[in-house]
Amino acid sequence: MKRFFDKITNRRDLLKGGAALASGTALAGLGASQTAVASTPYTDTIDPANPHPSMQSMGSLGDMVTVGDVGMDINGFDVSELLTDWETGSVEIDDDGQVTRTFHVDAEDRNIEIAPGVIFPAWTYNGRVPGPTLRATEGDRLRIVFRNFGSHPHSMHFHGIHGASMDGINGSGLIGPGEEFIYEFDAKPFGCHLYHCHAFPLRAHMHKGMYGAFIVDPAPEKHPENNAVALSRKLGTPENQEWQEFIMVMNAFDTNFDGANEFYAINTVAHHYMKHPIKVDRARPIRVYLVNATEFDPINSFHLHANFFNYYDHGTTLTPTSQIVDTIMQCQAQRGILEFSFKDHEVGQYMFHAHQSEFAELGWMSVFDVQDSEG
Amino acid sequence: MNDKPNSSRLALLALAIMPLILLALTGAWIISSDPLRVFDSGAPPVEKLIFERLFLDENGINMKVRAEGSEPMTIAQIQVDDAYWRFTQTPSGSLPRLATANIVIPFPWVVGDAHTVVVVTNTGVTFERTIEVAVQTQSGSVGNLRAQATVGSFVGILPVMIGMLFFPLLMRLSANSMKFVLSLTLGMLAFLLMDVLEDAFELARATAPAFQGSAMVVLVAAIVCLGLVAFGRRNGAPTGLALATFIAFGIGVHNFGEGLAIGAAIATGATGLGAFLILGFAIHNVTEGVAIIAPVIRKKPNIPIFIALALLAGAPAIPGIWLGSYAIEPHWAALALSIGAGAILQVLWEVGALTLRGAGGFQKNLDWVFLGGFTFGVVFMFLTGILIKF
Repeated sequence: MKRFFDKITNRRDLLKGGAALASGTALAGLGASQTAVASTPYTDTIDPANPHPSMQSMGSLGDMVTVGDVGMDINGFDVSELLTDWETGSVEIDDDGQVTRTFHVDAEDRNIEIAPGVIFPAWTYNGRVPGPTLRATEGDRLRIVFRNFGSHPHSMHFHGIHGASMDGINGSGLIGPGEEFIYEFDAKPFGCHLYHCHAFPLRAHMHKGMYGAFIVDPAPEKHPENNAVALSRKLGTPENQEWQEFIMVMNAFDTNFDGANEFYAINTVAHHYMKHPIKVDRARPIRVYLVNATEFDPINSFHLHANFFNYYDHGTTLTPTSQIVDTIMQCQAQRGILEFSFKDHEVGQYMFHAHQSEFAELGWMSVFDVQDSEG
Repeated sequence: MNDKPNSSRLALLALAIMPLILLALTGAWIISSDPLRVFDSGAPPVEKLIFERLFLDENGINMKVRAEGSEPMTIAQIQVDDAYWRFTQTPSGSLPRLATANIVIPFPWVVGDAHTVVVVTNTGVTFERTIEVAVQTQSGSVGNLRAQATVGSFVGILPVMIGMLFFPLLMRLSANSMKFVLSLTLGMLAFLLMDVLEDAFELARATAPAFQGSAMVVLVAAIVCLGLVAFGRRNGAPTGLALATFIAFGIGVHNFGEGLAIGAAIATGATGLGAFLILGFAIHNVTEGVAIIAPVIRKKPNIPIFIALALLAGAPAIPGIWLGSYAIEPHWAALALSIGAGAILQVLWEVGALTLRGAGGFQKNLDWVFLGGFTFGVVFMFLTGILIKF
């Protein structure tokens, strides 16, 4: 009986027409994870000078944003924490001082919530997209123990310097479901790199989520001429701790298999860093490791609002390859390091996003929340 | 003695119920054993979303959608022109099969631009709807309704009345000329039947497949036609005023359909065609007046009857425009046009009977006069149709 009355009242709401629906009190749909939709004032009559009064109350994105929020329920990881989640492996040092760094990576099929309420049947490294950010130091011996728990053959093809037998293609580390392979090579050259699955069809394995960042920090002792820079790049040094470092993998998802992406983001979840701005301390410099893992679109880009940065293409140099720029573009698999500071800026929210408007408005839009540290 | 009819009635009841019980048992077995389980390939459920209404106003884009998935569907996100937008859905939550929801997107649409809405479900499947030309949907204000009623009068009532002004001329025609006029009416009605059926099928294709639109168009038309024939012939085959009334009714439902088309043109911004379109409809519809009075030439009806017939044939264009401009759901429009097709079919039947079954019988009456009139009717409708088809 109650359901019958519900229907009656819904029907009545419906008859009241658009005005009642848009009053801002209407439910946003999609259950408990839904955030309330902000109420916007409206008028019954249209003012020709201002035909869209609701647009006047826009926040940074206003109404042009995905509805809801992605929590940890389905993904099991917090997208905000991916930014600084460096996987450094386990370290052994032999008598000669040679470091051997071992990583464990498992391929597995897994559903990922790529936007609020949108579930993507992904292929993942360690259950996340992008895969773990593997971070080593120039000259480390690397051992990556790769196991395939997925339903298809997979591999890890590293963008780095290694022998043919470690390349992660057919016959050299491409393994079937249930198999294991250990990739062994030295970490070089230093820079901001990536790894991805090189099973064919490559396009499918890429867009299903099989990619991750691979960062090789310069060994300061090998770079006496730029020692200070190298020290600041090497994870864990006091110089490095002055910096606020973030990994941002630009990626996108084709949810309807039409060869074009429906959702764009950095680190998978559309609009996540709009809804959860990245907090940075105004006093300390910022370093972004940026990787383009976008499939289907030939290029992606990064544009920073109200500021300029130095750019190190591929991160393989200690002096910038582009200076004082506010926009860079990367082709598929291109990557680099951005360095900038808000030291002389007023505190507040500073956007950054792809400057292809389409990518930005389909999710690749983010914001730094620049504040003074409390200390 | 009294027991016998009772028991036989019980027996009849049992005979009716027994197969139903068997059906229920079969249903229970199918549901409990799920014999199709072996075919389960792990494929995702079928999802389908029908856009039934879409209109634009100061709140943005308003849509009514109907889910037609094999399982409840969830609308997760909505894009407009390659950007994600907030939206409100009423009722919220997932949509069971054939359930509808109203969606409002606070999108700052641009007058005259095209916009594309893409609905993304929780599985990432997308459904697209294009707004060819964005214009403010007419609100139901008195002023708007009055303006639309005026347009409706111009395309519906006025041309029919003008057509009726041929009455004095027709009165002076010979028997053969009268036959020519009736044949012309038949040709015209045949054209209208095709026209209205085509529109009905087109609308039926836009409805949810569960409504089985195309089959319903044919069957509703057939039932309406047979029903009207049976009703019209309850006192013998209709002639004279009765036949004229049926023709007016059939044409009236057709004009309701034309009103829907004009209203939809207003709603979707095709009003740029404007005056030309309305003039085209007016010329197109003048013949309808001739068709209505053809059976009553010899009866000399009085003026009020003429007016009543003209209103019956022409006035439905007005509510047609009202509903069409308010973006009526396609299944209701298809239903209305199917009724129109049935009504026109009945009139074809009766006028055909009147024309062809006269003295001399079918063989003699199917002559050059008939064929000439019929062809002239079709050609006239075709040529004036050029003015109104875009």
